Amino acid sequence: MTNTILRALLSYWWRSPLQLFTFLMGLALATGLWSGVQAINSEARASYDAAAATLGEGQFDQLVPRVGDRIPQSVYVDLRRAGWLASPILDVTFKGVRFVGIDPLTTPTQMSFSSGSGFSLEDTDLIFGNAEVASVLEGFVEVTKDKSIPPGIAIADIGVVQRLFKRNDLSRLMVLPEQPIRRPDLVKIAPELVVQPSQQIADVAALTDSFHLNLTAFGFLSFAVGLFIVHSTIGLAFEQRRGMIRTLRSLGVPLSNLLSLIIVEMGLLVFVGAVLGILMGYTIAAMLLPDVAATVEGLYGARVSGTLSLRPEWWLSGIGLAFLGAGMALAVRIWQIMQMPLLSAVQPRAWAIASAKRIRGIAILGMILLGFSGLLALIGTGLGQAFALIGFLLIGSALVLPWLTIKLLDFAPGKGVITSWFWADTRQQMPGLSLALIALLLAVSANIGVSTMVSSFRVTFVSFLDQRLAPELFVRVEEEKTASALEKYLLERELEVLPLLTVERPVVGQPAKLYGVRVGRTYRESWQFLGADPDVWDQVSKGEAVIVNEQLARRNNLWVSDEVDIAPGLNLPIAAVVGDYGNPQGQVVMGELLFRKLYPNAVATSFGIRTTDTADLRKAIQSDLEVPDSGIINQASIKSMSLEVFERTFAVTAALNILTLGVAGFAMLMSLLTLAGMRTPQLAPVWALGLTRTRLGVLELARALGLSLIVFICAVPLGLALAWALLNVVNVEAFGWQLPMFFFPADYAFLGGLAILATLIAAAWPAIQMVRKPPATLLKVFSNER
Amino acid sequence: MLLELKDITKSFSGVDGDVEVLRGVSLGLDAGETLALTGESGSGKSTILHISAGLEVPDGGSLHLEGVEINGLGEAERANLRRSEVGIVFQQFNLIPSLTVEANIGFQAALAGRRDKLFESELVEALGLSDQLKQYPESLSGGQQQRVAIARALAVRPKLLLADEPTGNLDESTASAVLTAMLDLVGRTGAALMVVTHSAALAEKMDRRVRLKGGVLL
Repeated sequence: MTNTILRALLSYWWRSPLQLFTFLMGLALATGLWSGVQAINSEARASYDAAAATLGEGQFDQLVPRVGDRIPQSVYVDLRRAGWLASPILDVTFKGVRFVGIDPLTTPTQMSFSSGSGFSLEDTDLIFGNAEVASVLEGFVEVTKDKSIPPGIAIADIGVVQRLFKRNDLSRLMVLPEQPIRRPDLVKIAPELVVQPSQQIADVAALTDSFHLNLTAFGFLSFAVGLFIVHSTIGLAFEQRRGMIRTLRSLGVPLSNLLSLIIVEMGLLVFVGAVLGILMGYTIAAMLLPDVAATVEGLYGARVSGTLSLRPEWWLSGIGLAFLGAGMALAVRIWQIMQMPLLSAVQPRAWAIASAKRIRGIAILGMILLGFSGLLALIGTGLGQAFALIGFLLIGSALVLPWLTIKLLDFAPGKGVITSWFWADTRQQMPGLSLALIALLLAVSANIGVSTMVSSFRVTFVSFLDQRLAPELFVRVEEEKTASALEKYLLERELEVLPLLTVERPVVGQPAKLYGVRVGRTYRESWQFLGADPDVWDQVSKGEAVIVNEQLARRNNLWVSDEVDIAPGLNLPIAAVVGDYGNPQGQVVMGELLFRKLYPNAVATSFGIRTTDTADLRKAIQSDLEVPDSGIINQASIKSMSLEVFERTFAVTAALNILTLGVAGFAMLMSLLTLAGMRTPQLAPVWALGLTRTRLGVLELARALGLSLIVFICAVPLGLALAWALLNVVNVEAFGWQLPMFFFPADYAFLGGLAILATLIAAAWPAIQMVRKPPATLLKVFSNER
Repeated sequence: MLLELKDITKSFSGVDGDVEVLRGVSLGLDAGETLALTGESGSGKSTILHISAGLEVPDGGSLHLEGVEINGLGEAERANLRRSEVGIVFQQFNLIPSLTVEANIGFQAALAGRRDKLFESELVEALGLSDQLKQYPESLSGGQQQRVAIARALAVRPKLLLADEPTGNLDESTASAVLTAMLDLVGRTGAALMVVTHSAALAEKMDRRVRLKGGVLL
């Protein structure tokens, strides 16, 4: 009996390949986008974890030089003799690979024991790295492949790295957690070193959390749009099989057997769809991963492997979510079958024709969600609530859409018989089309929202670069002696020199960077503030006040005239808050004199220079002071590099945007096709009364055009509300900065054109089917009537 | 007695409250006997048929099939009885649209686990369906679908065959031919037949005729 029932159930899909295709593709698209994003996230997190575990960064305090980036080996020996327990590290970057030389005997990290491949660093001269690193270094050194080594890093015994790069010094010292009770102060043994506490070393995983959360939100949006397809297909499949289900039960199939087999049948299909989705997700992730890796490195300096691994956490979550989503749709239908009287009407009960009352009820629910969203916009805090705001906004609007569309159709023009029938028929189709229209609304509004955010960010970022990168030339030197010679040399040429003085210390209890600036024409003319006293620069140059960046101000609820601690026992008022879109860290800017007084050991080794002739000055600095070419950077090249990082950052978002729109187009196509199959009984009488099939086909196209226009009109305000939430709520919570919102009408019009085009293409297929429908098929409607 | 209905009552809820469709109907049917159930629309004919098949549960009275009280059975047991002992020809045919004619004919027999392909061939031959075996129901005329439904109901060799307007979709000559074939096959299998019909001609051919009016037998 089981085989017979299962064969009957599966025969439906065999006879309805389009439904099968829709079902599998809907699930595959939903699962694919979700698991693709999860694959990227898990790859990135695995890279961060590997880096933290292997290198110990962020876990242990470090000793670093006050000036430059080299520590003589003798300083290390002195420290050890004095009782300091520290482990030396040498960092050298070559061909984009960071060589990390460690001392296996003293390092507190995982590398003290053995590598994942079973070799120990203690008794070998081997260099370990992953496959990517091995291929980059091929021909230079032999690398022992080891998957556990973080991407972009080659690890070896410090002696090996020193020999390889002909170095006899160190980069930093890792301070071991266990130290002798009595040990002399660092200043006495090694005054040229400073302690960098572990909490001040950025935790990459925490920094990048918001970036990955954004990706997850996008993946979830795509999953939701894909689920609309699945929900719609499962609904249609059950409605079309109501007759079969009744027949099976009439012929003696017990309800429990039938339901169990339906669950098995659906389970098989969901599994196939989910596996297809995982394959699709893998492909998407593999395509996007290089851009994500570039973004994360550009934004946060974190290295992510460019090669994707098939990690169980993402493909299992993809399959799990597919089963959950399909299960929710299936549960509703199973419940309906259980409630269905055995002798209910055989004809497909108009699944599409839900009552106006139901649509109104759903719209009320939508309005309540929109209310919640508004409430969260007013009083919400934290990233979780920011995403809840967006979720309520999108879901609430989606639920209101069918009711709103029907209301808007009431105002449709035309008084003729055909026009009246056309609009009435459109209203009647709304319940069947609503899921597809909702999918289109979500996709278009997400596109408008995200593109507004990205474009607003771009405009702001370009202006920010112009302010911050005012000097035409930037020079960086390695030694203090060269730095003072360079400054003297430039001042003799009567150039405006802007030394970059910086130290890291906690401000308001959080890691921050303190800058000392030489207040002059450049700062006074270039910098724009989000809030400021009228005489900002006068106060700053006199050492009476400071400027803080927006991240620091917002995180600590500070603003102009509030005070911050910039040195032990010294609090100064904030004279201005400046927008800072280049890093997630807090920054405090003070006058040069005050800075030098507070931090006399800090030495500027980087300088910005105002000049009208960059090429000549560059040559002069190189020849007169023997500064290497790599130490001098043109403003233009920094700007283009920064913009490139920016563009790559949002290349991922743009790709996800397009994919979401594609999924929505697919949802529309499938809804129109399935509705077309059910509409013959409604169209046949109109055809019989004198409308040609061609005209009916054209009317179908016109209907799709009209509906997509309505959706687009609704999507514009929703998209802008989304953009507002992203710019003013999510960005503040995730990155600590708020961005001004700009409008891009031409972009929206283009997007609207794309959405309408996608709908027209989706509508063309059923319209052509209508035009080509043989009269016999239409006549059958009447011959079968009883 | 193969089928015995005693004091069967049944009501359905309507817009203006409950509507009493059957008011104490008692009826018996012996093995191999044929019975026509006639009456006006809404008189309760189809309800008697559905109750006899175990598709509906009566509000009152008792119903025995081969001595087994059907009202006392659970959903699964009634389904078991239906698939192995009862053949039903629905007014709307109720064929499975995604299965071929051949698969539809053998479907209930397969469910009951006693498919007999030779017997199915005989049915196909007798009902004139040989050329339609590989077709799907949607491509058949109403009359052809009706014959497929009859073949399916008989293929399980039921003890009780219930038919709701089995010739309602057929022209006079086809109806006569189908009826003759059906009665012949019923006679060969020894099944009892209860037919709901408006057709006096069809009713004439049955061993016994009962008329229903306002929920009671006349």
